[in-house]
Amino acid sequence: MGAATAAVDLSCPTSLGDLFQSVEGRKVLTCIQCGACAGTCPYGDVMDYPPRRIIAMLRAGMIEKVFSSESLLACVACYSCMAKCPRGIRLTEVLLPLIKEQTLLRLPELPAELQKALQNTLRYGNPMGESSRKRAAWVKTAGVPIRILAEDPRPADVLWFVECYASYYPRGQDASRATAKIFHALGADFAILGNEEKCAGECGRLTWEPGLYETLMDYNMAVFQKYQFQRVVTSCPHAHNAFKCRYPSRGFHWELDVPVRYFAQRLEQLKPRLTRKINRAVTYHDSCCLGRQNEFYEEPRAVLRALPGVKLVEMTHNRINALCCGGGGGGMWLDTYYKSKGFDRLSERRAKEAIATGADVLAVSCPYEVSRFEDALKVLGHDKKMIVRDVVELLAEAMEV
Amino acid sequence: MEGGIWVLAEQWRGRLSDVTYELLALGRELADGLGVPLQAVLLGDGVKELAANLGRADAVLYANHPALKDPLPEPYAEALAQLAAERKPRAVLVPLTNVSAGVGSLLGERLQAPAINFCKDVLLKDGRMEALCVLYGGKIEAAIAPVAEPAIFGILPGSRPADKGRGAGAPAVEEAAVDLSPSRVRFKRYVEPEAGDVDLTQQDALVGVGRGIQSQDNLELAESLAQALGGAVCGSRPVVDQGWLPLARQVGKSGLTVKPKVYVAAGVSGAPEHVEGMREAGLIIAINSDPGAPIFNVAHYGVVGDVLDLLPALTEAIQARKG
Amino acid sequence: MNILVLLRMVPDVVEELEIAPDGNALDLDALRMILSESDDHALEQAVLLKERHGGKVTVLAPDAPEVDDALYTALAKGADRAIKITDLEEGLTARGLCYACSQVLRSTPGLMPADLILTGAQAFTDLDAVVAPLLAYQLGLPHVGIVCHVAVDAAAGSLTVLREYAGGVRAEIEVPLPAVVGIQSAEKPPRYVPVAKVRAVMKSQKIETAGVPVIADGGNALIQVTGMVKPEAAGHAEMLEGSPEEVAGRICEILAARGLLQEVR
Repeated sequence: MGAATAAVDLSCPTSLGDLFQSVEGRKVLTCIQCGACAGTCPYGDVMDYPPRRIIAMLRAGMIEKVFSSESLLACVACYSCMAKCPRGIRLTEVLLPLIKEQTLLRLPELPAELQKALQNTLRYGNPMGESSRKRAAWVKTAGVPIRILAEDPRPADVLWFVECYASYYPRGQDASRATAKIFHALGADFAILGNEEKCAGECGRLTWEPGLYETLMDYNMAVFQKYQFQRVVTSCPHAHNAFKCRYPSRGFHWELDVPVRYFAQRLEQLKPRLTRKINRAVTYHDSCCLGRQNEFYEEPRAVLRALPGVKLVEMTHNRINALCCGGGGGGMWLDTYYKSKGFDRLSERRAKEAIATGADVLAVSCPYEVSRFEDALKVLGHDKKMIVRDVVELLAEAMEV
Repeated sequence: MEGGIWVLAEQWRGRLSDVTYELLALGRELADGLGVPLQAVLLGDGVKELAANLGRADAVLYANHPALKDPLPEPYAEALAQLAAERKPRAVLVPLTNVSAGVGSLLGERLQAPAINFCKDVLLKDGRMEALCVLYGGKIEAAIAPVAEPAIFGILPGSRPADKGRGAGAPAVEEAAVDLSPSRVRFKRYVEPEAGDVDLTQQDALVGVGRGIQSQDNLELAESLAQALGGAVCGSRPVVDQGWLPLARQVGKSGLTVKPKVYVAAGVSGAPEHVEGMREAGLIIAINSDPGAPIFNVAHYGVVGDVLDLLPALTEAIQARKG
Repeated sequence: MNILVLLRMVPDVVEELEIAPDGNALDLDALRMILSESDDHALEQAVLLKERHGGKVTVLAPDAPEVDDALYTALAKGADRAIKITDLEEGLTARGLCYACSQVLRSTPGLMPADLILTGAQAFTDLDAVVAPLLAYQLGLPHVGIVCHVAVDAAAGSLTVLREYAGGVRAEIEVPLPAVVGIQSAEKPPRYVPVAKVRAVMKSQKIETAGVPVIADGGNALIQVTGMVKPEAAGHAEMLEGSPEEVAGRICEILAARGLLQEVR
């Protein structure tokens, strides 16, 4: 993995009607019904219609039954099925969102938390329902100057798209402060959109709600056109996904990156400053969006290995096999629903694996993961022995900033 | 007696509500300040004996009518309007509760008189009355003056301590006639809430959860704290509406009024409808992520923070302390 | 059933409310407006009744910022007709609004006679009147407010509603139709409607406008705001700072000092 990902146009069919008109749609028909998708799906054993069965129903002209089932509420958009499919069918990216869209239209009642998250995102630009005017409030606490383009519209090299959790959640703000400090230490010419920024629209929300993401895409693209910058670096892997896969159809043409990879590429510049010893055993959780989806496995590990006193240990399921934290596909807002169905929590499943490594630190690179794993460790009673940190937090900790 | 301050004495299911005494305490201050009489107005069907409790007023005006048997705003407002048109009070204080909801509005319309809701106080300024109102769920306070009299003030519960409205002696009772047509709506019966396993009004400690608890899952955190405190969990309306807690656990305007020794308000914004049900708790500790949440105006101690972090931290600290 | 729903936009308190320079009103520029919560429930209840008993739902709303969104959303949820009430005086209070609405209801073709008029049981902008009972009074219709359940008896031409009192106690009340009902909460939480559906409705349906026939004045001149502030809070909590553990420890001390940490027998 070398340079930052260039935007990729996936020519996604936008409706089931077009599906078989497109190359991707016809690929669906080549499914050999091997069931690798269902086998690797974290909730495959509780889904009425895992991907294999969906395709079988599609072929049998019985897809309406799938639409009327709640089955796909259990899909956390972790890309495992897509990564393992021997036919390379782009399940998570193409087929499943179309099925989810139809399911949403037929659900008599949406789980309350998910409904609220969708409504909040439309109205306030973030799923928490916080005022859009408070999105950049954390900037005051960053400790280093952060340029906001609305106030100072000069061109920048990096447009840092901070995203919702990194802006509003206290633990997300910790990672943002760390990121800002490292950008500053590198002398990067960076700026943020501040209160003009709204959710990129990805994640379960978008796969359930194409209308919502269209609205957000239109909005964000209009804001991008106002300013000049060379690249977009975003703290949210889900936003990274959106910009890479869907925004190109709206004209997104900039280079795209995430902080950890950006910093990994400048590691030599940072190394002399890495003087504080971390002295902990760290296990790294590959996030679904960056890992399986983008094969972004080695950069975060390179950064971690460069930190003084860090011993890296691997969980049983790592890299392409990593277990999802359960936050994607709307999962972030479906915990109550999953509990009512008796599903075990994916974040707890994964946390147990982390605990088994004996590490002191669970390192992550997606803002969803911090809160999910911290909760899981509390539930498992292990939160005093293992802490969760974003890779950028550890990097900042090791630096003399 | 013309030109007095009137208080609508709220009676429900055979008893006078506490808010009646609160209004009498406030009315007493206004009446004394203006040098005019304080009159309690008692409306109902066969409730005359309740008048004996209204001794803080100078006199009680009692109107009896079958149409006043059930607590509906239309007959009550009509009765008050007829009495007021004849006797010309300067102000009428009406409680803002579910029982008396709408009475003030209809009274204002009938008399073409100014009406002001959401009053937490009524003050005297140069011999004129001015209301201090709580607007937008508690986020704004406004001073609002009626431009004419009689003025009708809709008073929120909690304006004065109820004790200040109780009087020793029994006041003079004057009975007046009102002419009411039978109500077009038919009151059939009361429906009691399902008996819960827990009687919130008997608890010494309550953990009240609001929208800030975010999901039903997180109720466990409140449960653990409640257990550590030897009490129970209750909730504001949104939590009950979502089905996360049963109706019997609702605290507030449409729910219960509780007076525990300690009330931990977790993720409760502090909107008047909820506060009304818990503001008399001995010790109120509020946790909310919004520093501007109105609950901090009612609580004794406050923490700006994440409920999901503070509840377990507090539970642990208490358990550690108890040993 | 011919059902009318009166919707109102109110200040969205998620945003910081700012006072205008003259100190007597909210700063409208700083404001965002949102559909009043119980009006949203009234709409949901109306759509549920239509789904159950057939008929038509017409929604009306006074002109305000962001009202078009609310009206299109109502149409997307299942309302049949949306009417925006225009030509309203600046700074109209709830009472003035009632007068305006009752006039519009009477003068706009196809609205009256309605079987049922629903609106939220209260809004926090009901400064000088609660709209539901007042509207009923002006239209000469029976009314019940603070309703949390509605059952229609079509044959008898009446409703049986559950109306909330205190302590979780409700009352079963029978109301002859036509009537005005103030909805506190619908039987189910207001439904979700996909954005794509709202956008489709924006293209395919129109919002009608209806002006007020006579300038509505009643209620406006009767009260005067003499000052508005964001509460400093005469009583304010003593704020505790620090990490969750530090704060928890402090609270423990406070509890212990009041004898509240006794073991429960």
